[in-house]
Amino acid sequence: MKKRKIEELIFNIIMRVSAFIIFGSLIAISATILIKGVPAMNLDMITKTPSGGFFLGKEGGILNAIIGSFYLSVGATIFALMICIPVVIYINVYASENSKIVHYTRLSLDILYGIPSIVFGAFGFVLMLFLGMHVSLLAGMITVGLLIIPIIARTMDEVMRQVPVELKEASYSLGATKWETASKVLLKQALPGLATASLLGLGRAIGDAASVMFTTGFTDNIPHSLQDPAATLPLAIFFQLSSPIAEVRDRAYAAALILTVIIFAISLISRILIKRFSKNTL
Amino acid sequence: MPKEINDDDIQNITENIDELEITAVSTQQSTPLVKTGSNPLRVILDGFMGKVVKAMTIFSLLLLVLIIIGLVLKSIPVLKDNPLSTLLFSSQWSPFKGEFGFLPFILSTVYVTLIAAVIAIPLSLFTAIYLSEYANKRFLKYAAPMLDILGGIPSVIYGIWGVLLIVPFVRDDFSAWLGVDSVSGYSILSGGVVLAVMVFPVVVQIVYEVLKTVPHELREATLSLGATKWETIKKVVIKRASPGIIAACILGFSRAFGETIAVLMVVGNVVQIPKGIFDEGYPIPALIANNYGEMMSIPMYDSALMFAALILLVIVLVFNVYARWVLNRIEKSIK
Repeated sequence: MKKRKIEELIFNIIMRVSAFIIFGSLIAISATILIKGVPAMNLDMITKTPSGGFFLGKEGGILNAIIGSFYLSVGATIFALMICIPVVIYINVYASENSKIVHYTRLSLDILYGIPSIVFGAFGFVLMLFLGMHVSLLAGMITVGLLIIPIIARTMDEVMRQVPVELKEASYSLGATKWETASKVLLKQALPGLATASLLGLGRAIGDAASVMFTTGFTDNIPHSLQDPAATLPLAIFFQLSSPIAEVRDRAYAAALILTVIIFAISLISRILIKRFSKNTL
Repeated sequence: MPKEINDDDIQNITENIDELEITAVSTQQSTPLVKTGSNPLRVILDGFMGKVVKAMTIFSLLLLVLIIIGLVLKSIPVLKDNPLSTLLFSSQWSPFKGEFGFLPFILSTVYVTLIAAVIAIPLSLFTAIYLSEYANKRFLKYAAPMLDILGGIPSVIYGIWGVLLIVPFVRDDFSAWLGVDSVSGYSILSGGVVLAVMVFPVVVQIVYEVLKTVPHELREATLSLGATKWETIKKVVIKRASPGIIAACILGFSRAFGETIAVLMVVGNVVQIPKGIFDEGYPIPALIANNYGEMMSIPMYDSALMFAALILLVIVLVFNVYARWVLNRIEKSIK
């Protein structure tokens, strides 16, 4: 009898320690970024573009990367939505339940979700050469858009599946077509959830570095058209961190702080949306 | 699970329905005949949109195929020049001479992933069990969003953390404990630790979901026979959930396999087959990311790098298909 109790106790302690390590590592990451980032932070970082000798520790900021990341991720999310919304409507409204195409679409989205972003980056590069494009904001938007399609589509799909069937049936019984049901009833009902899914994709789009390396390039200027290359926050952090000069590395920490704050803010907004959404579901 | 229906919901639905009623009534007034062709515009729009959404769905289905085709086409030149066995099992790497042996990169990837697995799997499993079986509601309320946030942190941030914390720790403290001197800290061990932290949220979340699918009656039956809580978990819950747990681990580690920036920042990037955990390594994703700049200036280099991406894709694909198959079966068995 005693031995069993001791075993229980030992494993209970192991589990608590594991949980402590895992949640502790999150706190450690946030603390590291805060401790290193806050002292290096100043107004120039977010209001100025790099001036001459920025990468040697001279004046300037990373406004180019902030704006670049903003353009890129918003563009990529819009591109992804243009594909995801129709897909979600098709598999939830138009296609018959249990049809092969629905099954395989869900499966292929799940699998795409697991494909590393560097592979998307490589594919984006192949696609770019094939289409005769140059390293540019547009090429980056397409690549990152493809990367976040599975994330957005699968999340939206989950949301749409939670909309009660009765709503759909009520709409059909009133003589509405499938398109009217989809656009006026289902999408409207699932709107907060759809917004959350888009934010999830947006967060991923801002944070991803491996897929933009090949396709978006890097520049000290703010991009003025879709054909221009653009700087992105993760790459700005990466390049600055590999510098031997301490001031430049400090800026990497400040840039990391900016990126983390953006990601946390997006996460917070989607959390609020989920709360409102769950109030509206049955 | 039935949920409470509150006034807001009803109002919401009635609002939606009200709108429909209005459109339905107005069409009835203009065209008294209730036939499908009675209002062609609506029906034409419906048919047209049906085709559009179907086309997009087929595009999303084709995306995976397009990625494979694109990478295969680009890999053909290097495959023509070098037999597949040389590419995969040779460790001669000199792009200028046209020698592409991927073995150091493949092994570095495997080692880094294995180290991450050894660290992350036990910790994640115990944590998931704790969350699903022991933790109280209040702890869960904070734990779930924390895991979400941990999973949403960009990899470059994990990389910085690795450079600032893990690399010095491996260099100064960990190597001293093991009695190894003169290590740089940039090693497959550091890569493995950073990766482990990155897959924590993925594995914990999926295992937690899987454990939740084990019926409560099973637990209660075992407990009523006098088993302790841990015995119940060990002999009943884990046994029942094991396919899902395996699938969760595979999904977590296929992500680790392709992780680029965070690993690249701490792993050292030296072309060699690592002999120990303190040796530098050079995983495939790091190879691709580090050399994209010069790949167009050396003949065959671009093809070799695309082949590297293809290797990654194939491995991840095999793991993912298997894991999804297992998880889908579990989902079906619940229904």
